[in-house]
Amino acid sequence: MQATRDFSYYVKDLGSGLSHIDLAVEGVSCAGCMSKIERGLSAIPDVTLARVNLTDRRVALEWKEGALDPSRFIDRLAELGYKAYPFETVRAEAVEAENARFLLRCLGVAAFATMNVMMLSVPVWSGTTDMIPAQRDFFHWLSALIALPAAAYAGQPFFRSAYRALSTGNVNMDVPISIGVILALAMSVVETLRHAEHTYFDAAIMLLTFLLVGRYLDQRMRLKTRAVAGNLAALKAETATKFITASEIAEVPVAAIHPGDIVLLRPGERCAVDGTVIEGRSEIDQSLITGETLYAAADHGTAVYAGSLNISGTLRVRVSAASEGTLLAEITRLLDNALQARSRYVRLADRASRLYAPVVHATALLTMIGWVLLGASWHDAVVTGIAVLIITCPCALGLAIPTVQTVASGAMFRAGVLLNSGDSIERLAEVDRIIFDKTGTLTLPDLEVVNLADIPADVLDLAGQLALASHHPVAAAVARASNSKSPLVGAIEEPGQGVRGQLGGKQLRLGRPSFCGAEQLVNAGGKLDPEASIVAFSLGEAKYLFCVRQGLRPDARAMISALQKRNIVVEILSGDREPAVRAVARALGIGEWRAGVTPSDKIAHIEDLKSQGFKVMMVGDGLNDAPSLAAAHVSMSPISAAHLSQATADLVFLGKPLAPVVAAIDFSRQALHLMRQNLWLAVGYNLLAVPIAISGVVTPLIAAAAMSGSSLLVMLNALRARRVAHGRA
Amino acid sequence: MEVLVILVPLALGLGLVGLLGFLWSLKSGQYDDLEGAAWRAILDDEPAPERPPEGP
Repeated sequence: MQATRDFSYYVKDLGSGLSHIDLAVEGVSCAGCMSKIERGLSAIPDVTLARVNLTDRRVALEWKEGALDPSRFIDRLAELGYKAYPFETVRAEAVEAENARFLLRCLGVAAFATMNVMMLSVPVWSGTTDMIPAQRDFFHWLSALIALPAAAYAGQPFFRSAYRALSTGNVNMDVPISIGVILALAMSVVETLRHAEHTYFDAAIMLLTFLLVGRYLDQRMRLKTRAVAGNLAALKAETATKFITASEIAEVPVAAIHPGDIVLLRPGERCAVDGTVIEGRSEIDQSLITGETLYAAADHGTAVYAGSLNISGTLRVRVSAASEGTLLAEITRLLDNALQARSRYVRLADRASRLYAPVVHATALLTMIGWVLLGASWHDAVVTGIAVLIITCPCALGLAIPTVQTVASGAMFRAGVLLNSGDSIERLAEVDRIIFDKTGTLTLPDLEVVNLADIPADVLDLAGQLALASHHPVAAAVARASNSKSPLVGAIEEPGQGVRGQLGGKQLRLGRPSFCGAEQLVNAGGKLDPEASIVAFSLGEAKYLFCVRQGLRPDARAMISALQKRNIVVEILSGDREPAVRAVARALGIGEWRAGVTPSDKIAHIEDLKSQGFKVMMVGDGLNDAPSLAAAHVSMSPISAAHLSQATADLVFLGKPLAPVVAAIDFSRQALHLMRQNLWLAVGYNLLAVPIAISGVVTPLIAAAAMSGSSLLVMLNALRARRVAHGRA
Repeated sequence: MEVLVILVPLALGLGLVGLLGFLWSLKSGQYDDLEGAAWRAILDDEPAPERPPEGP
């Protein structure tokens, strides 16, 4: 049965006879790639648009409806050397993109208003002597005309957020911002009516502009992470072989599969759906779900979960709704509880504003009362009080954290770490204890041959050629190890036994030791790795044994000791059996480990550590790790992790090495250091400016200069988050 | 100083044109791919392949 690929799920009908599809493309990094892809795709007849987006690494394609099959574009891109897959914008990303656009519109309006109000303010500031009051009033009225509508539009993000916080009885950074802006504008209007000398339209609108820069940067960071994560999800190209009739199959994207459908699961395939076996008998590897590396038997009625690897036989699976599975339901319940606890974390910015808002508002009030007591008029006292509010408005404070986050997340991105949430940087920096899952986290998800040194190169090459004829994951590991490209002609696979073939009159066999007549060798070889699967290879009379198991990540040992050098305690919690965990712990020099741990045990252990005051980071990939990822102070997953775990983790790291984990910790510590420094810079500025404001001699010029000066200082300081200073642990 | 009556509205009008231009460019998706746009400017043009006219 040959399956056809069916991507019709992703094709959008634009009307007017055109179809549209979005593809995520891997490896587009330069202008050369961009023009190569656009030319290559435009050359296909009937393609009306092929446009690469280099920022998001995507291609938008349009063609005449019905003229082409989308799989042709993917094949064409493969010929050009790029892996591509249809992509569907998830709702979360669409929302982030809309937010980013709105913020940019606000920023545009605020920046326009700032420039024009400044154009009017500078003559007023510099022309105090030779400007007649009527001209000054005219300029003030013009400023009001520009600033009031602009602030009403561009201030929306702050006003809304402040309103939300206040209506739930909280205070966030946007509350003092909103109060400051609204009071400054109101006072300016009153002052204009009174033909006064000073108004603060410029300060209010400039404040909004600077703060919107911070907001927009923050939003861009989140949008970029979402886009990359969306591409990675698309490029996993998760398809399932679905029965479209009783005997006919088609390969369809997982998104197009519904509960009740029946899918075919062949040996060596990873299951992409949750369901129940209705026909067939096989062994399945559930290590991505439970952490257990021993294969489990599957036959009629067995529940299988997305991420399970089918080993030996072909299975038919009826797709179930996600919540039906008992394991999954249990994990979802644990996850919900843990996520609720997580949301109680208070971000650094909000902690700062909880201290900041009362102090500033109290200062303003005291200033006002003080001036009244000293005999000033009510009008002068109120104006001075509001001047204090304006000058202390958290301009630098609003930029202090988002700018550092943006720069640090860019640096982490280059080191191979993606952030799921903005505040994870702060939490990561505080970590003093890391719990690793074993399977798929410390070890690689794929099997590898561990005793390559014992096997002659020519034998390995032959074994690899024979292995290419089989779908069995163990055979796939042998094939990868040998780097063989061409399968042996005429090789025959005997299900559950192995593969055999002929070469130059010699019989070649690869498979179970009994299949190759190598039981004696297995019994004799006492020093074989007890955790490895043994696969035998016979070449005529000569017999060899391959030990196959999940290998450690290449730099695991060095990275564990690097973590220990940073005074972080490292621990393993695994759902796997004791001997397997012990071996890994010993190899990596990790003293604390536990084996056979269930998901709820993991959470209990993490809660226990948290109550002792540890800041725990959980690094795991399995479905069984998802609740503990949410329970930990901060969490990380490899990109190969189960969907749920990846969505739950605060950070996701790419590639085979473990180095991104250490890099992420270094960058986050540097970032937290800079965030604190920036907050102190902002406070220091206030300490200088507030006495001037209280004394009542502040002019709009001083306010504008101080505001832009402190903002620039904070932004420049944030740029230092790009690099980790050497010598800092 | 009567010149202000002309100059000030003129300056504001120019600013407004700039703002409308920005909002238009934002709406037409010109900020969707900043990296790509930067490179497109310096790419060599090649003779475009003959395409059938677009539209219905």
